[in-house]
Amino acid sequence: MIRKLTCIECPAGCALLVEVESGKVVGITGNNCPKGEKYAITEVESPVRVLTSTVLTEGLPLKTIPVRTDAPIPKASLFKAMEEIRKIRIKKPLHVGNVITKNLAGSGANLIATRECLADQGSATQTI
Amino acid sequence: MFERELVIVGGGPAGMEAATSAHKSGVRDILLLERDQYLGGILNQCIHPGFGIEHFKEVLTGPEYADRVIKQVTSMPEIEVSLRSFAVHLTKDKVLTFMKPGILENVKAKALIMATGCRERTREMIHIPGTRPAGVFPAGLAQKLINIEGFLPGKEVVIVGSGDIGLIMARRFLLEGAKVKAVIEIQKKSRGLLRNIVQCIDDFDIPMYFSHKVSNIYGRNRVEKVSVIKVDDDFNELADSYFEIECDTVLISVGLIPENELIEMAGVEIDKKTNTPITEEVNKTSIPGLFVCGNSFKVYDIADSVSRDSAIAGELAAEYLRSLK
Ligand SMILES: Cc1cc2nc3c(=O)[nH]c(=O)nc-3n(C[C@H](O)[C@H](O)[C@H](O)COP(=O)(O)OP(=O)(O)OC[C@H]3O[C@@H](n4cnc5c(N)ncnc54)[C@H](O)[C@@H]3O)c2cc1C
Ligand code: SF4
Repeated sequence: MIRKLTCIECPAGCALLVEVESGKVVGITGNNCPKGEKYAITEVESPVRVLTSTVLTEGLPLKTIPVRTDAPIPKASLFKAMEEIRKIRIKKPLHVGNVITKNLAGSGANLIATRECLADQGSATQTI
Repeated sequence: MFERELVIVGGGPAGMEAATSAHKSGVRDILLLERDQYLGGILNQCIHPGFGIEHFKEVLTGPEYADRVIKQVTSMPEIEVSLRSFAVHLTKDKVLTFMKPGILENVKAKALIMATGCRERTREMIHIPGTRPAGVFPAGLAQKLINIEGFLPGKEVVIVGSGDIGLIMARRFLLEGAKVKAVIEIQKKSRGLLRNIVQCIDDFDIPMYFSHKVSNIYGRNRVEKVSVIKVDDDFNELADSYFEIECDTVLISVGLIPENELIEMAGVEIDKKTNTPITEEVNKTSIPGLFVCGNSFKVYDIADSVSRDSAIAGELAAEYLRSLK
């Protein structure tokens, strides 16, 4: 069976033709770089995505902190992961890359902050 | 009024890159104005991954990309960053007026770089008839509400236009528990990147209608439904294809317009169709020493290209300042 996929590893969006036999990839064409090959294999055999979202804060200058998983997680677990993310409240300052939740929704990946939030953003937080 | 060697308006990736590049080219008196209370520009609300592949050789989210550039800017003490500083007036002699909480300041810039980004095209610009209920948002505004304010502005969403912002917001609404009922695109194919169609639309089986348009928005206080109709190659409506979709929210994702009112005020020649400066060379305008970079120079698809070209603006400004001496 031939499956048509679009590589999403970079904005080039190469059109891949993937030959699949009993759930396994046996041939790939159309990729402009090796990342496309890797993408095709995971996409056919066990599709994964990096999840990005935001978490709410309490008592910090930013109302939300953007977050992402530090590795792609199974596509099927995205909504379960979102449920966990919605329950989180950040109360302490943090830096880019700080781990917020380990092993998010049992995916093996950690949820990390993608924006810095200091307790005192200096003049940046004065109100008029 | 005070005087500065180089004034830069806009603290997005364009303005920040222009600042660090001017600094690297030897300029030591730089004032960077940003109207928001944080640096980063639109990147702060673009929480999805897909940034930095060229510029940092890594896949980053918008805020991570911004963080790296912010750290570069703030590591250079000669770059004075002035937040909550809104530029409101500009003359041909590069006298810029800006508002800070409680004060109005005038600065005479020897060289000036405008990096004010884009604003969104609105419902008014694409002429969707109907009532004017609450619940019609430009997609980027909805993005800001969800990602920065932490507020989900609707539960049942129809998206007009298949630009990248709309596609990305389709997934964002969906993951937050809203229903995305359809993406309606008047053209025959998507305007967005293929990768966004795959991972934002196809991944979640969101219905996408090409060669279709929203012909009316209905609702008294809040949006109640939209009507949709198919169009032919010349965009004529095909009457028997009419159908309706119930929804409480309509997102408009029909492109961006460069924000260039200040340079127009100063007398720079502007192409009325694109709202960008008329010029042969990247970042230059018809006024010597006045440069424009990033999304206000032209609408870029990716932030990496904004950074690349904005570095040139910093070099051009440095060269111009040297020529004055
Ligand atoms: C929804 C969305 C998704 C995107 N997705 C991607 C992606 O996946 N990958 C990618 O590479 N790129 C993406 N981009 C594009 C990229 O983010 C932009 O091209 C880039 O951020 C533009 O940078 P800029 O500095 O020119 O403008 P901006 O980031 O808009 O910055 C302009 C700054 O100027 C300030 N300003 C404006 N007027 C004034 C004034 N009068 N006085 C003071 N300050 C002022 C604004 O507050 C703002 O901070 C996306 C863009 C959007 C909107
Ligand atoms: S195959 Fe390589 S070049 Fe093509 S989209 Fe994938 S990552 Fe980009």
